[in-house]
Amino acid sequence: MAIALHQRVRPAIVVPVLAVLSALPLFTQWIDEPFYLVLASRVLLFALAATSLNLLVGFGGMVSFGHAAFFGAGAYVVAIAAMEGVTSAWIAWPLAMGVSALAAAVIGAISLRTRGVYFIMITLAFAQMMFYVFVSLKAYGGEDGLSLPRRSVIGLGLDLKSDTTFYYVVLTVCAVVIALLWRLVNSRFGRVLQGIRENETRMEAVGFPVYRHKLVAFVVAGAVAGLAGALAANQNDMASPSMLHWNQSGMLLVMVILGGTGTFLGPALGATVMLLLEETLAEFTLHWQFVMGGILLAVVLLLPGGLATLLQRRRNDG
Amino acid sequence: MDPILVLEQSLNGLQFGLMLFLLAAGLTLVFGIMDMINLAHGSLYMIGAYLAAAVAMATGSFWLAVAVAMGGTAVIGVVLEVTLLRRLYQRDHLHQVLATFALILMSNEAVRMIWGPTALALDPPPSLAGPVELLPGLYYPAFRLVIIGVGLLVAVLLYFLVSHTRLGMLVRAGASNREMARAMGVRVSLVFTIVFAIGAALCALAGAMLGPLFAVQVGMGESILILAFVVIVIGGIGSIRGALVGALLVGMVDTVGRTFLPMWLRAVLPPTVASNLGPALASVLIYVLMAGVLFWRPQGLFPARG
Repeated sequence: MAIALHQRVRPAIVVPVLAVLSALPLFTQWIDEPFYLVLASRVLLFALAATSLNLLVGFGGMVSFGHAAFFGAGAYVVAIAAMEGVTSAWIAWPLAMGVSALAAAVIGAISLRTRGVYFIMITLAFAQMMFYVFVSLKAYGGEDGLSLPRRSVIGLGLDLKSDTTFYYVVLTVCAVVIALLWRLVNSRFGRVLQGIRENETRMEAVGFPVYRHKLVAFVVAGAVAGLAGALAANQNDMASPSMLHWNQSGMLLVMVILGGTGTFLGPALGATVMLLLEETLAEFTLHWQFVMGGILLAVVLLLPGGLATLLQRRRNDG
Repeated sequence: MDPILVLEQSLNGLQFGLMLFLLAAGLTLVFGIMDMINLAHGSLYMIGAYLAAAVAMATGSFWLAVAVAMGGTAVIGVVLEVTLLRRLYQRDHLHQVLATFALILMSNEAVRMIWGPTALALDPPPSLAGPVELLPGLYYPAFRLVIIGVGLLVAVLLYFLVSHTRLGMLVRAGASNREMARAMGVRVSLVFTIVFAIGAALCALAGAMLGPLFAVQVGMGESILILAFVVIVIGGIGSIRGALVGALLVGMVDTVGRTFLPMWLRAVLPPTVASNLGPALASVLIYVLMAGVLFWRPQGLFPARG
């Protein structure tokens, strides 16, 4: 099968999705279920985190099992900054991205010397190290996590304490950053990255600095995950070690694979399906995890390319 | 430093390392021969511990419980392998991760449905409940000594099985070059089913033996699974010898680090800093060990593939 290096994002899909997302608060207000708006914010910020992980897994061929480390680091930066009195989102959120990027640079520089399974394990090892560091930092809440004294302040007359405002801010941030990632994937850099995924040795022989490209991708993905973490800290009103736990890394990876690696919007779809499924199944049965496992298993066996192929296949048939 | 304490902690490290070896042995072979990432390996450990606890509760016999757990888990392992995992061998690692992650969710929930959410108690046999005086002043729990004995016995048996039997030869051939082994007429799929059954039985053995020390509860498989992966990555994937060395290293470093690192830190640092830093550094130690090994020996200490 020919591999399309250019990632097309169809306006026929994106425009209606954005329209529905923009109108969602009106709908939840109308049916008087504000909870759904909170859930939607959660879905969006996980879609952002999963999309950033896909930059590594889908486009760079780097299966990182430690992505939650950067997500959690971003959350902690916002919480710690707020504790120290820095609540401005314009300072705290870029700071979260910066710290996560720095962590990704250090971890990536070492991890990228290994390949394949060993890369999976070494990223996991670093994420676990960060997890234990935060668990033991008693000054920052230790195992219980650190609660946010107040949500970040944006100014411009926006108050993040309102669920609707928070939702729109998350929607804007996610839409803009995902659009930027899309540009990145389709840039010269993105092409080189996909070339490395297909054949690293050949790219090296052609003269591309393979290691540097992979490291930059790792840092960018880490920074975006940090931003998603900063949003998550605001939503949960806290940062906790469980955000860095390997379970969380596994969940992000599952979202990416479920949606479809290497398709640009697949992971966002995967995050949406995963979180909505979790909510819906939990309403029906206490044992929702069993059903969820069964569904994931069915997807692996029946749809090897992920959920995104479902849309593509239908399009090809039609 | 107190020599009794050093000795006691070394024995603890040895005991934990040997139990890790039971898990890592199966995992490394599955990984090495079929190139399959099986995250659900920890679930077999959990299932083994639950079976053991259930049988022990019903019959009162610990050793019968261990035997039933090993047999039952081996059967479950074979059923899983034949019906499901076999379809995944040719797939991408990512698909294997997703599928076996799904299996973790399902087995955790299945265990919760059958035995409920609260942890089960599994008591060691009463004759082994007390301590034994190993040296003057060194009392050590008899049950932990038995664990060490069982672990050593299994290690010797596995060594014999892998390096002195026909099955072992096929296993080694499969681990070092799967295609070549297949071309020479080895029925790799049958070898693999057998290996998987043995791996599952060893998981159950580890679960049953560690059950009295840790709680038998849902989720017990995941934390130890990570350690088992650390072990096989340190040892080199596909190598039993690597698994043994890696398991002992991890067991020792983890146990000894948890006891002595805070003490050493207290000697050189102010107490408040030391009490914060100690536990963190101790938990991080094995991951530092793994990162270090991968940095200098990216294929692990004993790579199976030449």
